[in-house]
Amino acid sequence: MKEHVPHPDLPPPITNVGVIGWLRTKLFSTWLNAGFTLLAAYLIYLTIPPLIDWAFIKADWFGDSREACTSGGACWVFVNVRFDQFMYGLYPAEEYWRINLAFGLLVLLAIPLFIERFHHKGILAAVILFIYPIVAYYLFAGGSFGLEAIDTSRWGGLTLTLVLSGVGIVASLPIGIVLALGRRSKMPIVKSVCVVFIEFWRGVPLITVLFMVSVMLPLFLPEGSHFDKLLRAMIGIVLFQSAYMAEVVRGGLAAIPKGQYEAAEALGLNYWKSIGLIILPQALKLVIPGIVNTFIALFKDTTLVLIIGLFDLLGMVQTAITDSNWLGFSIEGYIFAALIFWIFCFGMSRYSQSLERKLHTGHAR
Amino acid sequence: MSETDNATKGMSISEGVVIEINGMHKWYGEFHVLKDISLKVRKGERIVICGPSGSGKSTMIRCINRLEEHQRGQIIVDGTELTDDIKHIDQVRKEVGMVFQHFNLFPHLTVLENCCLAPIWVRKMPRKEAEEAAMKYLEKVKIPEQAKKYPGQLSGGQQQRVAIARSLCMNPSIMLFDEPTSALDPEMIKEVLDTMVQLAETGMTMLCVTHEMGFAKTVANRVIFMDGGEIIEENEPVAFFNNPQHDRTKLFLSQILTH
Ligand SMILES: Nc1ncnc2c1ncn2[C@@H]1O[C@H](COP(=O)(O)OP(=O)(O)O)[C@@H](O)[C@H]1O
Ligand SMILES: [Mg+2]
Repeated sequence: MKEHVPHPDLPPPITNVGVIGWLRTKLFSTWLNAGFTLLAAYLIYLTIPPLIDWAFIKADWFGDSREACTSGGACWVFVNVRFDQFMYGLYPAEEYWRINLAFGLLVLLAIPLFIERFHHKGILAAVILFIYPIVAYYLFAGGSFGLEAIDTSRWGGLTLTLVLSGVGIVASLPIGIVLALGRRSKMPIVKSVCVVFIEFWRGVPLITVLFMVSVMLPLFLPEGSHFDKLLRAMIGIVLFQSAYMAEVVRGGLAAIPKGQYEAAEALGLNYWKSIGLIILPQALKLVIPGIVNTFIALFKDTTLVLIIGLFDLLGMVQTAITDSNWLGFSIEGYIFAALIFWIFCFGMSRYSQSLERKLHTGHAR
Repeated sequence: MSETDNATKGMSISEGVVIEINGMHKWYGEFHVLKDISLKVRKGERIVICGPSGSGKSTMIRCINRLEEHQRGQIIVDGTELTDDIKHIDQVRKEVGMVFQHFNLFPHLTVLENCCLAPIWVRKMPRKEAEEAAMKYLEKVKIPEQAKKYPGQLSGGQQQRVAIARSLCMNPSIMLFDEPTSALDPEMIKEVLDTMVQLAETGMTMLCVTHEMGFAKTVANRVIFMDGGEIIEENEPVAFFNNPQHDRTKLFLSQILTH
């Protein structure tokens, strides 16, 4: 009788592994690729060294006027001097602690959410969503508890960007979910209301929306009624983004097989329980990239509030570069603004990727 | 098994009837999918439903827990008539468990969470109690060691057994099976059928759509043959297989028994 001897595992050929293998397969696999590799290397050589030279080596960092900028590189002194305004807008300097406290509080509250062994995540999330905003509002706006009242027109800089996008993100997701469910509803009235709402807000540019809420809305309100400009901008952004969010969520809902609804129904779960326990957790997980994409778009879109006279981070930078003491440093200003935006957006993107990995539970079905 | 047989024989027709379908019709739009279905199922009876694809088997058993709505006739489950009344529907769904061809487990929940979900949220059972009960049923279907895994990490046969356990956790008095082994690889069919046989031995009322004729012969009290939306023939398994009355039944049996 013949016995089968299994073939032993052999190491892969040397040209496929290690540095040489990597270079060969990734950069020089064909003559064309080799050409592109060399071209890219040349472009990098042309751009990167001068950039580093300008931004770091020949740059000036400290001082308090443009006279400090003598080295011929970037003048970060400008950003340094204006840093507080970029962060806090026209908020009075002696009250900065209130903003710092509010954001510090948020970070402290959020930390346990990322700790695996912390079991009361639901309660904590509810506190962050419902109680924290009230506390933060009183800290920001003041006017009670012995805090000086600070009008929302003085809020600005990164603070305003974060407030607008934070409110936008937190409010547009639930509204978007409700709209998406409504659009898939079997009840014709609910369905058409949602369709009209979504298509209307998706059809107009955000700039128009902001103009409408800031210029037209007051015309419909009773004479003399005060309706805060920041609040109006928030409402505009939330309505606009929730329409986008609704379509993202609807994509996720459509991807859930009918069998999931049927299994939930057969077990006796009612509509809201099936949606909340079975359908949404799966649908939202599927569209995390789309949701985060919308969040990132929203974060960057908040810069448009500049046109209705609110000064977010970019708005503050733009004001600063027109200051006659600092003319000619717009590049430094814009780079700084871009860097801050990039850090936040990249952070969101990375977080969404880690969330996707964490929620991955093997193959569906 | 003989115990339940004796019990059902001793009863009069209407006594112990848990499912009663009278002259039931259903349409999908213009398409008349179920025609004048009448059926009585007594407590503890095990019924196998067979018939060619598209004959309306799934639709019929899905009407029993109102996954599908019928338009004419009557369906009474355990004394509750199925109407638009949501209370009646909830009442019936508490009594009726269902196992699907494609398992339909919830992929984002572990096996244990799949089993506990409905007891906790529908029956309002405390979590600890629900988990204990779920473990008991997972032991019955012989996969307690998989409780912490996700459905996607299990084989098809294991998933279907979890699906059976999940239904049983709601403590139903009637179980519906819609081709529970059709999506399985051959070597896994037996483990699911064994679980079903074991369940039959506990006296559970069962309606199974299946083409597993071995299962029908050993477990069923009655076999029902459907074609074109109608019940063509029903009989005890021995008589059904050895002496089919209708040509269509004969043809169908010759087709599924020869391959
Ligand atoms: N949701 C539906 N809408 C329209 N027609 C359907 C639907 N579901 C099933 N049918 C049709 O009804 C008939 C019976 O289907 P089904 O009960 O699934 O048959 P079986 O389970 O016996 O294979 C088939 O012709 C099928 O195409
Ligand atoms: Mg079927």
